[in-house]
Amino acid sequence: MSVVYKKSPVLTDAPMHYCPGCGHGIIHKLVAETLVELDVVGKTIFVASVGCSALAYNYFKLDMVQSPHGRALAVATGVKRALPNHVVFTYQGDGDLAAIGTAETIHAAARGEKLSVVFVNNAIYGMTGGQMAPTTMPGQVTQTSPYGRSTETAGYPVRVCEMLATLDGVAYAERVAVDTVPHIRKAKAAIKKAFSNQLAGRGFSIVEVLSQCPTNWALPPLQAIEWLKENMIPYYPLGVFKDTAAEGGE
Amino acid sequence: MAERVLMKGNEALAEAAIQAGCRHFFGYPITPQTEINAYLSRRMPKIGGTYLQAESELAAVNMVMGAASAGVRAMTSSSSPGISLKTEGISYMIGSDLPCLIVNVQRCGPGLGGIRPSQADYNQATKAPGHGDSHILVFAPATVQEMVDIPFKAFDLAERYRMPAMILADGLLGQMMEPVVFTDESAKQNEKPWATTGHENKRPPNFVTSLYLDPAILEQKVTERFARYAEIEENEVMTEGSYLEDAELVVVAFGATARICRGAVNQARTMGMRVGLLRPVTLWPFPKKQLRQLAGTAKHVLTVEMNMGQMVNDVRLAVSGAAEVHFYGRAGGMVPTPQDVLAEMRRILGGEQA
Amino acid sequence: MTDYNMLLAGFGGQGILFCGKVVAYAGLLDNREVSWLPSYGPEMRGGTANCSVCISEEPVGSPLVTEPNVLLALNGPSFDKFIDSVVPGGQVFIDSTLVERECSRDDITLFRLPASQLSLDEHLEGIANMIVLGKLLKETGFSTLETVEKALEKCVPPSKRHLLEHNIRAVKLGMSK
Repeated sequence: MSVVYKKSPVLTDAPMHYCPGCGHGIIHKLVAETLVELDVVGKTIFVASVGCSALAYNYFKLDMVQSPHGRALAVATGVKRALPNHVVFTYQGDGDLAAIGTAETIHAAARGEKLSVVFVNNAIYGMTGGQMAPTTMPGQVTQTSPYGRSTETAGYPVRVCEMLATLDGVAYAERVAVDTVPHIRKAKAAIKKAFSNQLAGRGFSIVEVLSQCPTNWALPPLQAIEWLKENMIPYYPLGVFKDTAAEGGE
Repeated sequence: MAERVLMKGNEALAEAAIQAGCRHFFGYPITPQTEINAYLSRRMPKIGGTYLQAESELAAVNMVMGAASAGVRAMTSSSSPGISLKTEGISYMIGSDLPCLIVNVQRCGPGLGGIRPSQADYNQATKAPGHGDSHILVFAPATVQEMVDIPFKAFDLAERYRMPAMILADGLLGQMMEPVVFTDESAKQNEKPWATTGHENKRPPNFVTSLYLDPAILEQKVTERFARYAEIEENEVMTEGSYLEDAELVVVAFGATARICRGAVNQARTMGMRVGLLRPVTLWPFPKKQLRQLAGTAKHVLTVEMNMGQMVNDVRLAVSGAAEVHFYGRAGGMVPTPQDVLAEMRRILGGEQA
Repeated sequence: MTDYNMLLAGFGGQGILFCGKVVAYAGLLDNREVSWLPSYGPEMRGGTANCSVCISEEPVGSPLVTEPNVLLALNGPSFDKFIDSVVPGGQVFIDSTLVERECSRDDITLFRLPASQLSLDEHLEGIANMIVLGKLLKETGFSTLETVEKALEKCVPPSKRHLLEHNIRAVKLGMSK
């Protein structure tokens, strides 16, 4: 018998605390595979954020720093400036990156910090139990938008990739999803590109991953995937918003 | 002996930090500490260091956290309103057992307050530098020379005890120039096996974290930290005293206020008043034992501060009723004069000495 | 030796802080204890500038001079603001081109020098401060010309090296008045 599939050696054996049907497990796997394929596990520092992924240190055999809520990109900036030849990445949710950490996000991007960012957008606050996020869509019901997000009182969601693509410091911004196998393959390629960019010394690279949160969307896992397709992808179109390497620039 | 040069407190501190081995500075401009930023923005690029002007004090302190995690000597500086923003990062660094240097060149609060000198952040620095059960090392320089000497000590102790250190200066010390001497003291190096520098597949991964969801483990972590605090309180208290042996009245003051009080004490001695001065150089750890002893011989203790009475509460606790504790303070950026302090000493001793 | 608690005041741009730094550096070179403290921050923009300089045999206590024994005032508002704080017996130096004031105090010594006019006459534009400093040096004897020249060498930045001679000439001019 030959081994056709096995768990990435970067992942620990700890049982994940993520809910059934959650996208984090898939995204963790894609990150882990990427680091092995690029052969950078030994020189990678994972900067974790606050949200469901705060416990990621249980799952990765990597040196890790747990940052305050929203500050992951400031912490990562500090790590990278101290260790410029290492691989430093953040893994952040929408509340962390696009609400409490918006300033840190925009300025790390504007400075062109040579970091890779895995940004998980599930349109809701997961860890605190399903409150409105900066990415919650108009009309979407959450614990703190019980009548559906009113654009009158709560305004509009932030489209992070589109916004960051306007900054000169950003080398790469792509939005992907983990709802189908083809999309997951694309997500893997995007994550790998974000890390390759860092190794090549290009600027700030961000991959926004649309991900399911069945628990807080109050949907069974399969329906959550459908919901993502029907609601999130139309609002948050997939694709490359910026890629300086492809444009021939650096 | 190395040459005496005239330097501004802020610039002297910045140069000392470099000489103490700091190559990573993250800051944000705010009066009256901005010269630290300006000086390091000139120097760091020339010595292969990092000067990064952050988008906010919040970002700056978290960049320090990142750099400290990676095992380098990192620092930030600010003035009072900016320090309030930094308390988040300070708490996380305490909780993650990370060494770093934070400089507070105090101005007046609350709020925007004013830009004049103040010592009104004493409580913040020594009691609640961030949320949670916590302490940081707090040093209070009183001369520009100490702005040079203390960064070496601060970085070293911060690393040995794995905690942030703060230099609590004020606008007077930051802005004034005095002669200073830079010795050739080389910075002490401390091993940092806990740093997140990439495990190179040679050791288990390092985690720098303040997150412990299991209460039993978190209690153990906090308890271990407090055991270290006890060790620090035992071994690292720094003070300077003058005329304490026969003092009937002991003046307690720190930082710029202490130098003003020294003038008053010197003058009082020429007038035959038995007064002395105790200057805590470390505000945390606080010289509790020394004060308790002094209270055995002195009848009165006068605390002088540029605030409405903050350190005086620590003095009261230390003295525990063994001497009468008095307070004289100015607020809002008003600086007490030696004459003010002298008048206070005469008022206290009035009934007993001519 | 005398302890000096000097207050130097004027408009921003008149070189008040620089003048104070030269005084402090001279004190340092004379192996005395010195301090220099400026007024600082936003209130200085376009407004008044002043600095405290202490020269002493003992380590300097308060660097903030509130009761000067030497006042150097390069404009009217500074003179008005600080003249009453000068201790009896103190010495006051003014640029009489800019400070047109009578002094009601008879317990101090007032030295009037038309420094701004002199600076124009002698092609020393912009350094009336150094002319007044020369006068202050001569009358107080806080240091020597030789030391002040050395202090100027320390204080004039390398980029303005060509102005060093001008500054020294201005100090000498002030001393001759």
